[in-house]
Amino acid sequence: MQVEQIAVFLENKSGRLAKITSILAANDINIRALSVADTADFGILRLIVNHVGKAQEVLKKGGFTVSKTDVVAVAVPDRVGGLAEVLRAVTEGGYNVEYMYAYAHRADGSAVMIFRFDDMPGAVAMLKEKDFTLVSSHEICAT
Amino acid sequence: MIGIDEIETLPRTGIESIQLQRLQALVTRVYASVPPYRKKMEQAGIKPEDIRTLGDLQHLPFTTKEDLRDNYPYGLFTVPMEDVIRLHASSGTTGKPTVVGYTMTDIQLWSSVMARCLAMAGVHRGDLVHNAYGYGLFTGGLGAHYGIEALGATVIPVSGGNSKRQITIMRDFGSTVLLSTPSYALNLADAMQDAGIDPGDLKLRVGIHGAEPWSVNMREEVERKLGLRAVDIYGLSEIIGPGVAMECLHSRQGMHILEDNFLPEIINPDTLETQPLETEGELVFTTLTKEALPLIRYRTKDISRLTLKPCDCGRSLVRMAKVSGRSDDMLIIRGVNVFPSQVEHVLMGIDGVEPHYQIEVSRDGSLDVMAVLVEVSERVFSGEIKVLERLTRSIQREIKDMLGVSCQVRLVEPRSIQRSEGKAQRVIDRRAQ
Repeated sequence: MQVEQIAVFLENKSGRLAKITSILAANDINIRALSVADTADFGILRLIVNHVGKAQEVLKKGGFTVSKTDVVAVAVPDRVGGLAEVLRAVTEGGYNVEYMYAYAHRADGSAVMIFRFDDMPGAVAMLKEKDFTLVSSHEICAT
Repeated sequence: MIGIDEIETLPRTGIESIQLQRLQALVTRVYASVPPYRKKMEQAGIKPEDIRTLGDLQHLPFTTKEDLRDNYPYGLFTVPMEDVIRLHASSGTTGKPTVVGYTMTDIQLWSSVMARCLAMAGVHRGDLVHNAYGYGLFTGGLGAHYGIEALGATVIPVSGGNSKRQITIMRDFGSTVLLSTPSYALNLADAMQDAGIDPGDLKLRVGIHGAEPWSVNMREEVERKLGLRAVDIYGLSEIIGPGVAMECLHSRQGMHILEDNFLPEIINPDTLETQPLETEGELVFTTLTKEALPLIRYRTKDISRLTLKPCDCGRSLVRMAKVSGRSDDMLIIRGVNVFPSQVEHVLMGIDGVEPHYQIEVSRDGSLDVMAVLVEVSERVFSGEIKVLERLTRSIQREIKDMLGVSCQVRLVEPRSIQRSEGKAQRVIDRRAQ
């Protein structure tokens, strides 16, 4: 079970994030999770939104370079060592985390981490086998 | 060969009769032995015997860098390859370099014109000449080297790079003359300062600087920081390399062209008409004495002006003003000639890169910095940083490999590089002159 994420290229200049969020707001798109990765020269904004196709379309229209990537959302028990358990399984399975970021709490008190692995299908199968809870995009986007 | 060569003080009639004789012999030779030249002359309806005066030169067709590219690599050579003992190359306008060849006689000619130039700059036997021009395909290093030896001075062939080592050598060896690009001279001055070496610790007397444009202010800075007197030198590989024209140390009022070998004209780059003396325009050269690759009316694209006003040094040679610009879009980055079309050629060869780019040139201290702005298209954007970093590195590597100059790459958002109607503005040059 994978979740669609959109990534937006950010040139290193002021006002770019504000522009993106205002485009999304104007089009009634809700941001559920996000992370910004930056280097000295540019940045990449990664978003989980409730209407992926529409977000991609309006951002492109607004002049941004956008790409769609599959990520996996894993429920992490909100207690000491919760994330460590997930990462141990990932390491033991021989997978690498390309990047990860956190999403808000779920109703049951667990947190959600968004992951991108080097081998997505393999990592997803492994997580399921180890009984980790994968969160659907439907649930993430339910408001 | 000390002081003034007698040919340099001939009355005009004397020099002009030598030029005419040499021109007629040259035209006859290329007409007979170089098919591309013959074809151009036939198209222009002109035969070697039509060249009766120096004024008839203007009926001959021009030669351009494109002609050299179309006949790449050896198509315009007039001698069999076994007679060519040296090759050099400079930037072409696209992927292919401009190749030049020299016979044994050409190398001797080159050494002698370069030696005459050095003599104009006051260099003599007993001088220790620190040659910081790059050795290699670039004509600067080896061209100057042979001239220094021909003059009988001592050459220190340090080539470019490693400024710290250069200043140690200058101090310990007792260099009296420095040959380098003007920006590298400033770079050496900065390195000296960092190392706590005072210009007074050195024996430098004269600096010979060329291969890139430099202002009068820059000259003053070089002189002050290095404690020497700086003169301007002019040359380009197509004509021979360094040794085409040189400022005399005596007057420092423009560069004397060795016109017994290199016949200059100024043309209007738009109408292509020959211009009178004292008029600014594009400099055109005909090589009168070169064997392997003689060029007739070669368009340098350098903007200058010619004068026959007498020079206090006693030479009657025509003088050219410091090059004030280009009639094309060529850039000179740290002494390396760069055409925007070369950068474009590299970018087009990299998968997914859009044909929209811009080159920004600026100066960081005394060094030129070239940044290439490239738009990030969906074809190269996966949402991963490492993919974009890999792209940046591969563009830098390809440009370094093809152009011989390192650059920064700045990834920018799509459509952020201005699209202009007609000719796109590819270059923003922020170097203050």
